[in-house]
Amino acid sequence: MPTQALFGQLLIGLINGAFYAMLSLGLAVIFGLLNIINFAHGALYMTGAFVAYFLLKLAGLGYWWSLLLAPLAVGLLGIVLEKTMLKRLYHLDHLYGLLLTFGIALVIQGVFRNEFGSSGLPYGIPSQLTGGYNLGFMFLPTYRAWVVVFSLVVCLGTWFVIEQTRLGAYLRAATENPTLVRAFGINVPRMITLTYGFGVALAGLAGVLAAPIYQVNPLMGVDLIIVVFAVVVIGGMGSIMGSILTGFSLGVIEGFTKVFYPEASNTVIFVIMALVLLVRPAGLFGRTA
Amino acid sequence: MLIVKLFTIAVTLVLAAGAAHAQISDGVVKIGVLNDQSSLYADLTGQGSVVAARMAVEDYGAAAKGLKTEIIFADHQNKADIGSQVARQWYDAEKVDVIVDTPNSAVALAVNQITRDKGKAFLVSGAATSDLTGKACSPNTIHWTYDTWALANGTGNAIVKTGGDTWFFLTADYAFGHALERDTEAVVLKTGGKVVGKVRHPLNTQDFSSFLLQAQSSKAKIIGLANAGGDTTNAIKQGAEFGVVKGGQNFAGLLVFITDVHGLGLQTAQGLIFTETFYWDMNDKTRAFAKRFAERNRGIHPTMIHAGVYSAVTHYLKAVDALKSDDGTRVIAKMKEMPTDDPLFGKGTIRADGRKMHPAYLFEVKKPSESKAPWDYYKVRATIPAEQAFRPLDQGDCPLVKK
Repeated sequence: MPTQALFGQLLIGLINGAFYAMLSLGLAVIFGLLNIINFAHGALYMTGAFVAYFLLKLAGLGYWWSLLLAPLAVGLLGIVLEKTMLKRLYHLDHLYGLLLTFGIALVIQGVFRNEFGSSGLPYGIPSQLTGGYNLGFMFLPTYRAWVVVFSLVVCLGTWFVIEQTRLGAYLRAATENPTLVRAFGINVPRMITLTYGFGVALAGLAGVLAAPIYQVNPLMGVDLIIVVFAVVVIGGMGSIMGSILTGFSLGVIEGFTKVFYPEASNTVIFVIMALVLLVRPAGLFGRTA
Repeated sequence: MLIVKLFTIAVTLVLAAGAAHAQISDGVVKIGVLNDQSSLYADLTGQGSVVAARMAVEDYGAAAKGLKTEIIFADHQNKADIGSQVARQWYDAEKVDVIVDTPNSAVALAVNQITRDKGKAFLVSGAATSDLTGKACSPNTIHWTYDTWALANGTGNAIVKTGGDTWFFLTADYAFGHALERDTEAVVLKTGGKVVGKVRHPLNTQDFSSFLLQAQSSKAKIIGLANAGGDTTNAIKQGAEFGVVKGGQNFAGLLVFITDVHGLGLQTAQGLIFTETFYWDMNDKTRAFAKRFAERNRGIHPTMIHAGVYSAVTHYLKAVDALKSDDGTRVIAKMKEMPTDDPLFGKGTIRADGRKMHPAYLFEVKKPSESKAPWDYYKVRATIPAEQAFRPLDQGDCPLVKK
């Protein structure tokens, strides 16, 4: 395998890693504050892609509007879910949150599949981002380059807000000791609701980014959630930077697997997860409680 | 254990004796549609196949002819173990007489064996592997609609003849993909072409960019897609993004269905060439069928698999009626004996190895400007007569065929 071809695969890996990073970031934020493993994440990612499709089909609003409106819509849906259902489970074991969100995911996916079938709906690349660059060692579609840059900005922005701002400090404090933070007059339940909304909005955003690449398909999030969950586990549950770094690096590792042993490309992440858990049960960047 | 065994033998004997008296077992002909109801093949098989089976029963007028029928369906989730489990349960506990459709060659091969062991009937429309009429052929199975040999032969030949003589395969990593790759490679080599590389991807892959990059660096003129459904559409869509066609390479979709074209949109799919055995817009009869079918199937027009289910169930009912029995082995034998005739595939025959014979067509996807109505997608490039469309009887290594 010539080095040039490997370079191409590295870049492809980064692009896929961008999706993993954005989705696992949302999962990590939600787990960090709500202690809930959000299995509805994949379904909400798919919902984001569908909102983009509806906006185009019904309202004539293109990709750029979707990039703004779809995450808002998915975030709102998340807030409704949190207000009506999830918040009743905070005092219970993780398992209940997992079961509930898994059930929600099945319902959402089932409804969409029933309505729209399984072969997906077409969604084009916005005209400003068609075409690509010939880098010599590979052809880089403009849209993929855009995805990497955009998701890096979103990921780092999220990290900055949570780790470096006052708002983030409240969030982190509420994670550590919600009762004490409440005593300082901060509305913790509302913060939790908004955090969930934000986390799933990230999933919706990833869905819009994915729509022009994949088919807008009711099943697009089914397998992804398992992979992304593995990414979060490897990175360390609740670690923000951990999930970003792990997302990108696992994308790269998966990309190389597709070259050297493609048959294993959908299992390699789980093998890594098993190995990491053996050596560091709290994940690469996680703190042991 | 011995007691269980003895009991099983006793029951089998009783059942066999019952069948020998030429009767419809428990008074009902029970048809089980076993396919993918929820994943990447659900649109091209799924509920559409159930609708097709129901329409076949209604159009045949089974009730009026005094034939009691019942249709059930199940989702095998593309897993051979689940498919086998359902098939066993259907045959043993639920008195199913015939299983139809069953896409996913891995599942179909498993059900093929179970059906043979139980002496029931298996009408394959969805699965592609040509092994079903080759080394795995069975006196209880008919392979109805198409197979990997026909796809490879129709599409492969046409493409090599127009100059596409170097190939790179993107292959779904299971029984179907392997069979399709094998059969296509044989055609490519026979017609003087060359295979410069191949890569096997897991079933239901979302991202093909890495594989496409490998295909691009192989410099092959043709990228052969030995996969189906969502895998094919994702590969083609992302291929457009990566400038595969602009870079001078072309895709050969070896198994493309009308639902895939619909999902891709004509803008992306135009110019694709592939082989199928049915298109809804062929003549008045197929158009009338498609109209009724789409009304009952969320507007989705019939794929060749749906059409095959309709045609197979129709012929099955004729044979059951003629025999006044639903004994699997005997009905299949009767079906092979009788010539077939239905509005979708016209007149045809069934060979000793279980191959249903009808013409195949080489289709080309229309340009957006050529398409006059929704689902108006194909034009016919060539018609391949039945004898040339399918593998010659003596080349399949089917043990049922006497040499």
